[in-house]
Amino acid sequence: MTVWHVILIATAATLALKLAGHLVPASFLERERPARIADLLTVALLAALIAVQTLAVGQGLVIDARVPALVVAAALYAVRTPFIVVVAVAAAVAAGIRFFA
Amino acid sequence: MPGPDVDASIRGARRDGIAVGLATAAYGISFGALSVASGLDVWQTCFLSLVMFTGGSQFALVGVIGAGGAAAGGSAIAAAALLGVRNVVYGMRMRPVVSEHGLAHRVAAAWLTIDESTAVALAQDDERAARVGFWVTGLAIFVGWNLTTLLGALIGDALGDTRAYGLDAAAAAAFLGLLWPRLKRVQAGATAVLAAVVATVATPVLAPGLPVLVAAVVAVVVGWFDLFRRREAAG
Repeated sequence: MTVWHVILIATAATLALKLAGHLVPASFLERERPARIADLLTVALLAALIAVQTLAVGQGLVIDARVPALVVAAALYAVRTPFIVVVAVAAAVAAGIRFFA
Repeated sequence: MPGPDVDASIRGARRDGIAVGLATAAYGISFGALSVASGLDVWQTCFLSLVMFTGGSQFALVGVIGAGGAAAGGSAIAAAALLGVRNVVYGMRMRPVVSEHGLAHRVAAAWLTIDESTAVALAQDDERAARVGFWVTGLAIFVGWNLTTLLGALIGDALGDTRAYGLDAAAAAAFLGLLWPRLKRVQAGATAVLAAVVATVATPVLAPGLPVLVAAVVAVVVGWFDLFRRREAAG
């Protein structure tokens, strides 16, 4: 599988999901349990991606400059700093630690 | 019957849409740069923003490919698709909001169905303002997101060694920014913590990409049995 294959299949899947909401008769996901799972799925995947992106190097676990960068990012979100500023500061924290370490 | 109040609420919806559009467009720079840092080229990056056009899935796809390359393709597809499931729910809520003008109109509405366009539409008081809010927000973000994605991809391309610029940490911060507004409820917070632990523990034993998918099981279990609800009522 090339990167283009991955992109095309994933794009087809996400577009199909968007269309499904508008075209398929509503019923299943309007029930409480499926709607709750769909909601929590987003939360779980994002949290898992944060963990992997912060701690993993291939299949190893490493604590490095990414950890303090993420802590700073969390503190900034807590005081309602705009997304783009937080992302830039997090990059700067990690880059700064790597430069001086 | 359109009156001065309705006109005012439509103007308000239009203003909301453009403001949200401008704010969201800024994320596009980080997506473009991170995508190129993950090994996609500028064309692939722009294709995702044009056609997939749903930020969470786009970030997830490039995040998994960045960790495992094309070999983690299956996991990357699954992660993007699972993050796109919420758009089904949004689509069902937006169907009565966008007026029915045939198939092309419906496809366009589906394409623009994302977190922000749905949120702005649901925040309006009357039907026409909701419709205006949906379309203005969706179109403003579509234009802005694609322009800034290209800009970010070109910047990422010019940077070279992206780790030295902390772009790996920026990716984690970007995911946290997408997660943050969803953590208002105890159930969501508990799910996030458990999913992060599961993904971390699974990292040394599973191929790159799979830990993220295993963590999705946490959402199914918590959601199915409706766990962590009582403490929420108490707090």
